Amino acid sequence: MAAPLPEGPKTYEIKSPGVLSLEAELGILSPPEVVADPMALTSALLYLDNITVSFDGFRALNALSLVIGEAEMRAIIGPNGAGKTTMMDVITGKTRPNAGTALFAGVNDLTRLGEAEIANLGIGRKFQTPTVFDMHTVEDNILLALREDRRAFRNIRWGRTPVERERIEALLERVRLKDHRHRQAAELSHGQKQWLEIGMLLAQEPRLLLVDEPAAGMTDQETADTAVLLREIAKTRAVVVVEHDMTFVRDLDVKVTVLHEGSVLAEGPLDQVSADERVIEVYLGR
Amino acid sequence: MSGRIIDRTGGIFIAIVLLAAVLIPAANLLLPPGHPLHVPDYMIPLLGKYLCYALLAVAIDLVWGYCGVLSLGHGAFFALGGYAMGMYLMRQIGPRGVYGNPVLPDFMVFLNYKELPWFWQGFDIFPYAMLMVVLVPGALAFVFGWFAFRSRVTGVYLSIITQAMTFALMLAFFRNDMGFGGNNGLTDFKDILGFPVQAHGTRIVLFMLSALALLAGYLVCRALVTSKYGKVLVAVRDTESRTRFLGYRVENYKLLAWTLSAMIAGVAGALYVPQVGIINPSEFAPSQSIEMVIWVAVGGRGTLVGAALGAVLVNAGKTWFTGLMPEAWLFALGALFVVVTLFMPKGVLGLWAQLTRRLKRAPSAVPTPTPAE
Repeated sequence: MAAPLPEGPKTYEIKSPGVLSLEAELGILSPPEVVADPMALTSALLYLDNITVSFDGFRALNALSLVIGEAEMRAIIGPNGAGKTTMMDVITGKTRPNAGTALFAGVNDLTRLGEAEIANLGIGRKFQTPTVFDMHTVEDNILLALREDRRAFRNIRWGRTPVERERIEALLERVRLKDHRHRQAAELSHGQKQWLEIGMLLAQEPRLLLVDEPAAGMTDQETADTAVLLREIAKTRAVVVVEHDMTFVRDLDVKVTVLHEGSVLAEGPLDQVSADERVIEVYLGR
Repeated sequence: MSGRIIDRTGGIFIAIVLLAAVLIPAANLLLPPGHPLHVPDYMIPLLGKYLCYALLAVAIDLVWGYCGVLSLGHGAFFALGGYAMGMYLMRQIGPRGVYGNPVLPDFMVFLNYKELPWFWQGFDIFPYAMLMVVLVPGALAFVFGWFAFRSRVTGVYLSIITQAMTFALMLAFFRNDMGFGGNNGLTDFKDILGFPVQAHGTRIVLFMLSALALLAGYLVCRALVTSKYGKVLVAVRDTESRTRFLGYRVENYKLLAWTLSAMIAGVAGALYVPQVGIINPSEFAPSQSIEMVIWVAVGGRGTLVGAALGAVLVNAGKTWFTGLMPEAWLFALGALFVVVTLFMPKGVLGLWAQLTRRLKRAPSAVPTPTPAE
């Protein structure tokens, strides 16, 4: 299968375009300078303004505004029904907002593009329940996620290119699934599936990662590891994490946005937000 | 799932089909009629018909087993390929028809056609007719799939509209003024490329060609499903929205497999017509298309080899059973479908894999993906 790789930290020193981003994440390389588009309407990576989504009169999102900068990590919390998942649906093109502006990198209007186009712009999404391709091996799951030509005819090819092999190797190492590479994804434990999905997200090399409840169903150790992994990723790319687990959010140690009834209730460091009376009222239920 | 293009099951399958293509005509021609292994003459077109059905089943399995598109209308593509071949064969009759018109087929003379309709032009040229055998079903599938997949029609709804498509075509082809012979269809063929259709030698060649077409169809589908494209196709079958969020345009992936499948079905129909000697609108009947899906289910969905096996098994059973008590066949078919669905979800091939695994007490190499829906 793949060429044997040196053990230990040297694994990340392979020179190939695909692996550069990993090196960047580990601080071996400085992140590539993202040149802002001269047409950009905003310098923010993700810009949501006044987004409203109603389903049969029920306002899932109510004039929601949110700005995420380049390589910023943001935790989103909020009680059930606050609109967290709907917000992700709007960003990824699954749901069309009734009103509002959604811009990616200042130029791409997310309210007009389809799911596949948005994914190819560099927005990756991890679902609440791990959704990996159960029928495929762990390796193939990563292979399908690798950032490559997505056109149907271009994918009628067999075997793997050396670049693909190296990248798969590096990513499997990264998400600690090297020993499980030939297993069917369906056989993995819940936590392993979560990590595989994060691996697939990394394989896409997105500029923005949307991560929905990554710690759900994980052991304490896995949860802590996931927080470390996400913080590492956030060094080079923007990460939006939706989470219920407060310990996990504390581990992330980033700016927190509290959603309530489809709009932003509070924003700031976790300690400041959790001291806010309105937040305590709606979220902590006291 | 085995990644090689020719895995163990596939190797066995190819060997069997090749052997059948050589040994069955040999047993027919070389052994004397009294010999226990002699294959009687009437068996050759019958077995050739089974091979066409097997090719059709492989085409259905490509879209159902690997892409999750349950087509209840593949009979339409099969029949269109058959009609294209039938039109060529009709033009070959020439002045030998009952009315002796050198250009117009008998039914057109009977229906007072003054000249050949525009869509019959060119069908006297064999390469053109063969092109139409794949182009017409392919074009229909492309247009149908373009709209259906783009508007994200899936599951039961998609199955129902495929059924509606074949039903509509059946009604259209039943009409005399469509120019395809109405409910009598096209028949009384005389010769193909100068060889008499009814002749034993022609039938043997057609049988062997059917076997080769089955192999070619199998290899094309197998190569496709083992490629990276095929992996995406399976991903679409199991988790369509996830695949979309990875940036794949799911509709294009489906459309490619769907159109190719229709073209293969067209080839199967074209080989079928000269062997049975007739093509009529009953081939478009929805019940025919449903029966085809049962072949695939019986053989084992998502295996390609299983689909071919199922088509031969069920049709051999049908021939035997309808000889015994014709009116009970539909009940037997229904019962078969229920039994397979309940007790053999992976079909005959899955059962065989399970048995060998139990005998060996080791994981089997036979790829038998679980159906998703």
